[in-house]
Amino acid sequence: MMDVNKARQRVMSYDGPPLTLMEVCGSHTAAIRKNGIPSLLPPTIRLVHGPGCPVCVTVSEAIDRLIALSCKSGTAVVTFGDLMHVPGSSLSLSEAGGRVEMVYSPMDVLPLAEKEPDTDFVFAAVGFETTAPVYALLVKELFEGRVRNVKLLCALKTMPPVIERLLSEGGKLDGFLAPGHVSVVTGEDYFLPLARKYALPFVISGFAGEEILAALSVLIEKQGKPVVVNAYPRVVRPEGNPNARALIEEVFEAGPAVWRGLGEIGGSGLYLREKYRYLDAGSFGITEDHKKNPLCICHRILTGKAEPLDCPLFGTACTPLTPQGSCMVSEEGGCHACYGS
Amino acid sequence: MEAEPHVKKIHGSGGTATQELIEEIFSRELDNEYLAEMEDATAVPGNGRLALTTDSFVVTPLLFPGGDIGRLSVAGTVNDLLCRGSVPKYLTAGFILEEGVPFSVLKTVVSSMAACAREAGVLIVAGDTKVVEGKGGMYINTAGVGFLPEGRELGAKRLRAGDVFLISGNLGDHHAAILSQRLSVENEIKSDAAPLTEMVSRLFDEGIDVRCMRDITRGGLSTILSELAAASKRTILLREADLPVSEAVRSFAGLLGLDPLTMGNEGKAVFFVPEEQGEKALAVIRSSAYGKDAVLAGSVGEEDEGRAYLLTGIGGMRRLSPLQGEGLPRIC
Repeated sequence: MMDVNKARQRVMSYDGPPLTLMEVCGSHTAAIRKNGIPSLLPPTIRLVHGPGCPVCVTVSEAIDRLIALSCKSGTAVVTFGDLMHVPGSSLSLSEAGGRVEMVYSPMDVLPLAEKEPDTDFVFAAVGFETTAPVYALLVKELFEGRVRNVKLLCALKTMPPVIERLLSEGGKLDGFLAPGHVSVVTGEDYFLPLARKYALPFVISGFAGEEILAALSVLIEKQGKPVVVNAYPRVVRPEGNPNARALIEEVFEAGPAVWRGLGEIGGSGLYLREKYRYLDAGSFGITEDHKKNPLCICHRILTGKAEPLDCPLFGTACTPLTPQGSCMVSEEGGCHACYGS
Repeated sequence: MEAEPHVKKIHGSGGTATQELIEEIFSRELDNEYLAEMEDATAVPGNGRLALTTDSFVVTPLLFPGGDIGRLSVAGTVNDLLCRGSVPKYLTAGFILEEGVPFSVLKTVVSSMAACAREAGVLIVAGDTKVVEGKGGMYINTAGVGFLPEGRELGAKRLRAGDVFLISGNLGDHHAAILSQRLSVENEIKSDAAPLTEMVSRLFDEGIDVRCMRDITRGGLSTILSELAAASKRTILLREADLPVSEAVRSFAGLLGLDPLTMGNEGKAVFFVPEEQGEKALAVIRSSAYGKDAVLAGSVGEEDEGRAYLLTGIGGMRRLSPLQGEGLPRIC
């Protein structure tokens, strides 16, 4: 890997035309803040957050449906921690008072369900290409194994369609820090069609400070070139993980999905295939994207059109303890990352 | 099979069963001349300025690698007294026991309080026990009294430009140990719960002018430095490259998306001292019990907006902020 001092020097001394670069992945958003990278950027480089924080892009109707399930007697919703605090149309899962179990991996639902065979467990399946294979494993286990009382509410999404949407809408972006974890599954070529179509560089980056700096310096170097560069080769193999992709392919099929603030994007959602659809807890037809607070601009932040400080609610009505929009909930959300820094 | 002997409602009656509990467990472990008086209030010698503090302990599980709620309840209050510059002297202990606490667990906890008190040089001079319905839980309140030596004044307002600060050891150990237990994650992480009496008294004995001291508990170092910067209206700069974090805690925290800077300890402190005394203070702390991993980790700047910053490993700067919310694990 490139020497960190050299990378830092190259980034800090950039004096070309102004660049707007997007970090797609929420983990990158968090790591960029943690490493103080904004303090190293010259005024000509603007880093904007993208739609790659899974809880941030989950729409209110998905949350509302989960709340309804969690409040039904004999039913429990199982989820990762962050999702509990995402606002639905009026309340969040944690505020609604239903039964919600927090876990650290999709597979954790199995022992819970086994212990309480008379309770229906619904896993709130949010995530991207990274997490989809684990959900696929869970689905196969439910199909073949003994546990019968678990279903999934799928709000799974894929990256290329949403990036295409941002670019086709004429967003002024000069390159992408491509998500490292997603690329572990998909391999290097995943973003190549987009790179070629829009003549932009995509640089796959790791999550350590020096890896992000190195990736940024490659992004600068490759300006205007339709390339994908793997700057995370110690983890991302060129071919990705074919087994994980085969799992996704076997269990899920693509369909339209609504993203918070972006509306419906064709082919950007993952839904259970016919064979497994009896395990679906109501993932289809989710369309409503209601704002808890009408002043919230999460939709503009998720698309790189605005920054957290542009929001009138930021730091006043909206804080990590009182999130009005999804970007303030997770550490991976742009507003949460900006809060206090 | 007979159930293991445990605490029942009757042990809180104030009658003979309570008496038995006191004699069997509390008096046996915590015996000293003041407690032995068994009066409604204890009279102790002392004069001059006193430091007072109180803290309640509600940790689950009650016993964990590296300690238990008893050790925690003594070390926590002792360390709070030390942070004010006082010499800890007397503690009181109030127990709220839920029905079902096994006597064996209670004995372990009380015996560990006694050991920790001996180590810290304090006497537990008064106590109380209540029994409530429940599922075998236990809550302990300890209050403490320390004597303040003449002229000793510690606090944020004493910070000066150029002062340096030291961290007495690895960050996040207690937090990671408790969380590992709750999540049934097997690892070798142990709580660092410990009284820092020896470390602190040696610093003063060696003539170190400790300007300010804080024990690094809930909220972690990030919260403490943010608060001290705000209270002193000075810039505080922490160097990430010098942060002491054990490999086990680093990887555990990485897995859950937690930041050791906002994780709690129960036997670590940050000490602010004049720049010229930094190296000497470091040597004293490193040769004290619980101080072998100590580092010099940053410095104090001029008066301004009162913010704390981290100089990151790659040379970036970011503002440190107090812990927000509960520190939830990340999801992907």
